[in-house]
Amino acid sequence: MTAYIIKRLLTAIPVIIGLSVIVFLIMAMIPGDPALAILGSYATPENVERINRDLGLDRPLPEQYLIWITNLLQGDFGRSYILNRPVIDEVLERLGATMILAGTALVLCSIFGILAGVVSAVRQFGWTDRVVTFFVLIGISMPAFWLGLIFILLFAVQWRILPASGMYAVYGGGDLSDLIRHLILPAATLAIVATGVVARLTRAAMLEVLRQDFVRTARAKGLDERAVVYRHALRAALVSIIPVIGVQAGFVLGGSVYIETVFQWPGLGAMLVKAVSTRDLLLVQGGVLVAAALYVLVNLAADVAQAMLDPRLKS
Amino acid sequence: MSVAIAPEIRSTRLTSWQLLMTNRLAAAGLFVLVAILLLAALAPWLPLPNPNITDQPNRLHPPFSPGHLLGTDHLGRDILSRLLWGTRVSILVGLSATAIAAFFGSLIGLVAGYTGGRVDDVMMRLIDMLMAFPYILLALAIVAVLGPGLLNALYAIALVNIPFFARNIRGVTLSIRHREFVDAARLSGKGHTAVLFTEVLPNVLPVIVITMSTTVGWMILETAGLSFLGLGAQPPQADLGSMLGQGRAQLFTAPHVSMIPGLMIFALVMSINLLGDGVRDVLDPRLRSGALNRPMPVTSIEREREQPAERPGAALLEVDGLETGFRSGRSLTLAVKGVSFRLDRGECLGLIGESGSGKSVTALSLLGLVASPPGVIRNGAVYLGGRDVLAQSEQQIIAQRGARVAYVFQDPLTTLHPLYRVADQIAEAITAHNALGASEAHARAVALMETVGIRNARERASAYPHELSGGQRQRIGIAMALANDPDVIVADEPTTALDVTVQARILDLLRTLRRERGLALLLITHDFGVVAQVCDRVAVMKDGEIVEQGDTRAVLDAPRHDYTRRLIACVPELGQGRRFLDNVRPLFAPQRQETEA
Repeated sequence: MTAYIIKRLLTAIPVIIGLSVIVFLIMAMIPGDPALAILGSYATPENVERINRDLGLDRPLPEQYLIWITNLLQGDFGRSYILNRPVIDEVLERLGATMILAGTALVLCSIFGILAGVVSAVRQFGWTDRVVTFFVLIGISMPAFWLGLIFILLFAVQWRILPASGMYAVYGGGDLSDLIRHLILPAATLAIVATGVVARLTRAAMLEVLRQDFVRTARAKGLDERAVVYRHALRAALVSIIPVIGVQAGFVLGGSVYIETVFQWPGLGAMLVKAVSTRDLLLVQGGVLVAAALYVLVNLAADVAQAMLDPRLKS
Repeated sequence: MSVAIAPEIRSTRLTSWQLLMTNRLAAAGLFVLVAILLLAALAPWLPLPNPNITDQPNRLHPPFSPGHLLGTDHLGRDILSRLLWGTRVSILVGLSATAIAAFFGSLIGLVAGYTGGRVDDVMMRLIDMLMAFPYILLALAIVAVLGPGLLNALYAIALVNIPFFARNIRGVTLSIRHREFVDAARLSGKGHTAVLFTEVLPNVLPVIVITMSTTVGWMILETAGLSFLGLGAQPPQADLGSMLGQGRAQLFTAPHVSMIPGLMIFALVMSINLLGDGVRDVLDPRLRSGALNRPMPVTSIEREREQPAERPGAALLEVDGLETGFRSGRSLTLAVKGVSFRLDRGECLGLIGESGSGKSVTALSLLGLVASPPGVIRNGAVYLGGRDVLAQSEQQIIAQRGARVAYVFQDPLTTLHPLYRVADQIAEAITAHNALGASEAHARAVALMETVGIRNARERASAYPHELSGGQRQRIGIAMALANDPDVIVADEPTTALDVTVQARILDLLRTLRRERGLALLLITHDFGVVAQVCDRVAVMKDGEIVEQGDTRAVLDAPRHDYTRRLIACVPELGQGRRFLDNVRPLFAPQRQETEA
């Protein structure tokens, strides 16, 4: 198992290098003088000169990339001129909040998505299946930002039972129960939208597996239906569901951009939106890179989990 | 033979359009979508106020105000008018983004799939890299560089969706690039570009269209999202997303300003998805044929004729007039047509026939193991110890599986669960019928593995099926069948997937077990050689019927039916050499003429 994990970690390295190249190239697409674009209204002649020197913007592209990646590896993601602080500090400060939100949503959408998908497959064409299928479609078609606003109207304005924004109460909050109260609405919004895809693919995977020969063997042994469905079919279907959850991590991270904006959650997503509208390019670059690296790691974890479930993958 | 259940044959063949309309959700989706499209298209000619004229004194009117059906926004603009104009923009942007992504993605996919080799490798690596991003973030980075604006948002969303198309199209292209018609076009002297666009593209086009229909809803959602964040449409231009984003500031005082455009986005995307799902269901042949249906615990039993529930003094197993078929639409195709046979205690009966003769379906019908849907047992009875299995409840039938009648299946690689250790799978068969502790069941499982001749059973116990050889796997299958000391073992082509020497050993094992345990064995095979080695009696099946039945020796010495003669002739003998073909040929000659005629 350890050997497998190390092997997978090694294959993640070229992916992360590739990610950095793509982000670098996108930033190189900037129309006009990049130094001016990065600095925006802070473009004094000294600043322009400094950033040209720091980032090597006057050199050819490959050389620029090398300078850039060397800086990154030393933890130097540049400086946000609008916030007037190093990018890495701002990103790391907000990373935790995003991980709490996205992580919770991911766990919720996995649990409910798999449950709904299994029930839907087991009761195929029955009423439960139709209801689940319909709600799945609603989830897939729902603009997450709109659902968030509806929840705020209902739970925070109408019934006044949950806070509408922020991560902690401004006065007197700060403990775990305060965090959970603030987490419920944004995490639920994000999870509802993501659950649809998981449920849909779980249903398909279950229906596929239920027709396999080894399920017939389980029946021929005289196992009751519960054991056939859960011990035999679901276990095999999980192998193909786990990677889907890895992909959903990307969806949830992306969706957090909207949700954090709607609920004023102090995470990377809200930071990115602000950074894009103020064209704080180095901050955008840092945030996107860190979020993408996080996504790669989650997928790595999904691969490892898959290999733990399926002994055939390890050899 | 097909038995039409419905009186009218014509009604079984619905056109795609009728199928789509019978799916009420898809029809509703189509209706809503057409309504929205019409309203949006007709916006310039409808009697609506100018969407951009502000009217400060009349701001934030609620819906159903005089002159403003849906009220006004924070600048006093008419929401209905803005909604329809905004819908136009959103649909247009979503469609354009889809078209751009489809064009470039398909181009990449076509070239990569058609060229193959290193070009394909490099292109797909790049696509994989792009897919390693959470793609909304990638779109944000692109907008950050290009600057906020509707066109830039459109480009960003189109760009991040290119990999999705490239992947799908490449897969299909790869699968047809060496098909005969492509090779023929190349040999006729067409250039690669010409072949790609005149031969490959038309065959890939349906996939492109389906992929577009499944992504267009997404694209509308995503571009609306960017506008909602203030990164897409800039004032005074408005799409649904930016209306929602601007209305958010009045969420507490005038919720309708943001709720109405949100509802429109939802209705638009939902109707597209409903319709898309319906179209996909209609086009997917697997859904039509029911190949994706979930099999029930027990084959559905819909007997047309009554059978006595008990038959006193019957043999151990007596099958009487069994008819099993497969339902497709409204017609039922019978695979087993009135099969009857008996099996005594300790006896071995060979059920022989070519593939498709209905022998496996017969065997699976005994305890309702035929996948259903589409399988249906339409008639007959299965007397086990004098009581009809098919008349019993689902629970009773399940309780007899493995306990009184156990199965050994053909391909042990696919019939064993790939993710459980072999001893656990045997132990599970034991605990299904006995209240036994885990360690005791495990010990018995290891003992059974020894019984079926697995060396180092204790070590092998923790192996997974893929770690064993084919012969060992089949021994595990047999051990599992023996777990509860059944009266009957049904072995369905137990040696077909194995090579010849292993085959001989497995047959030996079955013979020994039968002698030692007094088992009754129903052996299903297409090989008369196997029957001659193991079986006391033989029943020959053809096209779902038993055409000849009798003692093995007698049938072998004096086959009465033509088909039996042919099956026997198919067993080659050592040293027979070229004469084998000379012997077989005349037996098949008349049939060939029949089929040619």
